[in-house]
Amino acid sequence: MVLTGAEIVVRCLQEEKVEYLFGYPGGAVLFIYDELFKQDKVRHVLVRHEQAAVHAADGYARSTESVGVALVTSGPGATNAVTGIATAYMDSIPLVIISGQVPTPAIGLDAFQEVDMVGITRPCVKHNFLVKDVKDIAATIKKAFYIARTGRPGPVVVDIPKDITAHKCEFSYPESVSLRSYNPVVKGHHGQIKKAAQLLFEAKRPMIYAGGGVVLSNASEQLTKLARTLGFPVTNTLMGLGSYPASDKQFVGMLGMHGTYEANMSMHYCDVLLAIGARFDDRVIGDPKHFQAEPRKIIHIDIDPSSISKRVKVDVPIVGDVKEVLEELTRLIEAEKPNPENAAAWWRQIGEWRDRKCMLYRNSEEVIKPQFVVQKLWEVTGGDAFVTTDVGQHQMWAAQYYGFDKPRRWITSGGLGTMGFGLPAAMGVQLAHPDKPVAVVTGEGSIQMCIQELSTCKQYRLPIKVVSLNNRYLGMVRQWQEFFHGNRYSESYMDSLPDFAKIAEAYGHRGMQITKPSDVEGALREAFITHKNDLVFLDFQVDSTENVYPMVQGGKGLTEMILAEEL
Amino acid sequence: MRHVISLLLENESGALSRVSGLFSARGYNIESLTVAPTEDASMSRMTIVTSGSDEVIEQITKQLNKLIEVVKVVDLSEAAYIERELMLIKVRAVAKDREELKRMADIFRGRVVDVTDSTYVIELTGTQDKLDSFINAIDPALILETVRSGVTGVGRGDRILKV
Repeated sequence: MVLTGAEIVVRCLQEEKVEYLFGYPGGAVLFIYDELFKQDKVRHVLVRHEQAAVHAADGYARSTESVGVALVTSGPGATNAVTGIATAYMDSIPLVIISGQVPTPAIGLDAFQEVDMVGITRPCVKHNFLVKDVKDIAATIKKAFYIARTGRPGPVVVDIPKDITAHKCEFSYPESVSLRSYNPVVKGHHGQIKKAAQLLFEAKRPMIYAGGGVVLSNASEQLTKLARTLGFPVTNTLMGLGSYPASDKQFVGMLGMHGTYEANMSMHYCDVLLAIGARFDDRVIGDPKHFQAEPRKIIHIDIDPSSISKRVKVDVPIVGDVKEVLEELTRLIEAEKPNPENAAAWWRQIGEWRDRKCMLYRNSEEVIKPQFVVQKLWEVTGGDAFVTTDVGQHQMWAAQYYGFDKPRRWITSGGLGTMGFGLPAAMGVQLAHPDKPVAVVTGEGSIQMCIQELSTCKQYRLPIKVVSLNNRYLGMVRQWQEFFHGNRYSESYMDSLPDFAKIAEAYGHRGMQITKPSDVEGALREAFITHKNDLVFLDFQVDSTENVYPMVQGGKGLTEMILAEEL
Repeated sequence: MRHVISLLLENESGALSRVSGLFSARGYNIESLTVAPTEDASMSRMTIVTSGSDEVIEQITKQLNKLIEVVKVVDLSEAAYIERELMLIKVRAVAKDREELKRMADIFRGRVVDVTDSTYVIELTGTQDKLDSFINAIDPALILETVRSGVTGVGRGDRILKV
């Protein structure tokens, strides 16, 4: 069957069973849009800014187990998408981004809306392609999906010049891909797994540290089974939240810069650490020298060898898919029946750390505390909502006070820390889960970075609930300025904020402004129950001086926490 | 420590910039980099001379392996290997220097490949050290141009980098 390049692109997306395509048209992709118009299998979602297209595809991918797909035009369309691509890259999210390019003969001549997309995105993609021949489109898209979803997942860009989408060739979609230069290791080394099991048996102060890799590998069940068999404490990174049930008694909370006292202390003073799909980054362990000064044996399971021994030297590296390795490790552990008494003294110590109750905050009857809003959000949604966030204090409070029991419910930009991520990501989540409650926990700063997407939400009737913790400050910046810059709040106060409730109404949604603590629960109930089918923007006027605790200052050791009670 | 890393990669446009971009983005040193197709035209062989602690070198090889177009990576300098670099050096050769430069080229087993009334071009092959020594052995005022290819290398005996 002879098809045009544009027809081939759309046929490939159909073959990949793409449900939603998030995009924005423009000159270089007109032929592709023309083909999209003629079919109804791939549903296109028209965003209001290309950054949002990629974030929406990202939210879709994170909340499902599929690859998210976005389509943008050349030049500014492509550059607008870059923030979204880098966000997905840092968090290892499988995406395929198709960008238009100027016609082949014009490349390199500074044509209208020309930008070297392959060059610009090279450092923030898992891989990228420039298609130079219509005959290569099908094989390239097949490879793009394969590379995006396998191994350590990530975004893949396919840049297609306009003339290529008009050229014709015979179409057949390849059934399989094989790349001699890309064969991710899935199965862990048996000898290493045995060594790991041995260390775990001998541990007196064991600790399980699980990150986003557990979510990406769909290995929550395996993690939970292993942890319960061993009876060891479990902590999650920001990206790993939900991979182990937060309500479980073995869960000690999130660790890191704003982790719990008990999680950070157990992480530091354990004698055997089992790291799973996590990468010891600076927001997790703080200063690596301080962390390594305490002796402990580290087992590290990761599909990406370059994540192992990158910041912290590891004793037992295991390269492989987290799910497969955990299954094998659990079989070995079960065969020998570990003695839960081994860690009894350790659990007593953790109990003492827990007694510090580091998450307590002083509630108020006059002013709304942001933590209180998140706790009420958890209650009203039964702890079962999909929660996306932007970046800053609200993100940390959401992570700390909304306990996730299931994976893929917590959707946040962890690595890149992209403000403006929350609302567009929620669009992708809501489209993937039309009947589930989806909340964007945000702030008045972040929400304004992609607020135009309220229009997209109206067009596609997405009943997202925007929970804005409005403290009139870029709160995390203000907090750092309070701690480290002598209370000089340089450019962190936002004057002339709009009336967000009215903005929501102007876009055709519902808006509420909540100023009293006693109205918090009622407003949430109204939004999530009474107006279940509408988008509701909840503008919570919260305490502008509240800080996120505990806090490990940048560059300090994990145990050097500032606790709320100490102030 | 100095390391010579050798890799096989797909002979595709953009593969070179992925490698060089990786080094600049992650702050790794590059002393020299050479690349050319192999007997299989679909594949290129690249040799990179770099330096860093053991941890950094381990990361470099892992990060290189992670690039989709990189097929194989080996640290040649971790075992016996041969390295060579080609230098073409143009020198001012007049009066008594003519004789002296010719003699020096002979001592280093170089060849004079271009001669004019006032210049020689000397071709010299060897390790990086040997080429450095030659440059140090002649009067710097006589050097008109120095062109070095960068280091290439191959493992000794049974050490073979092939798909």
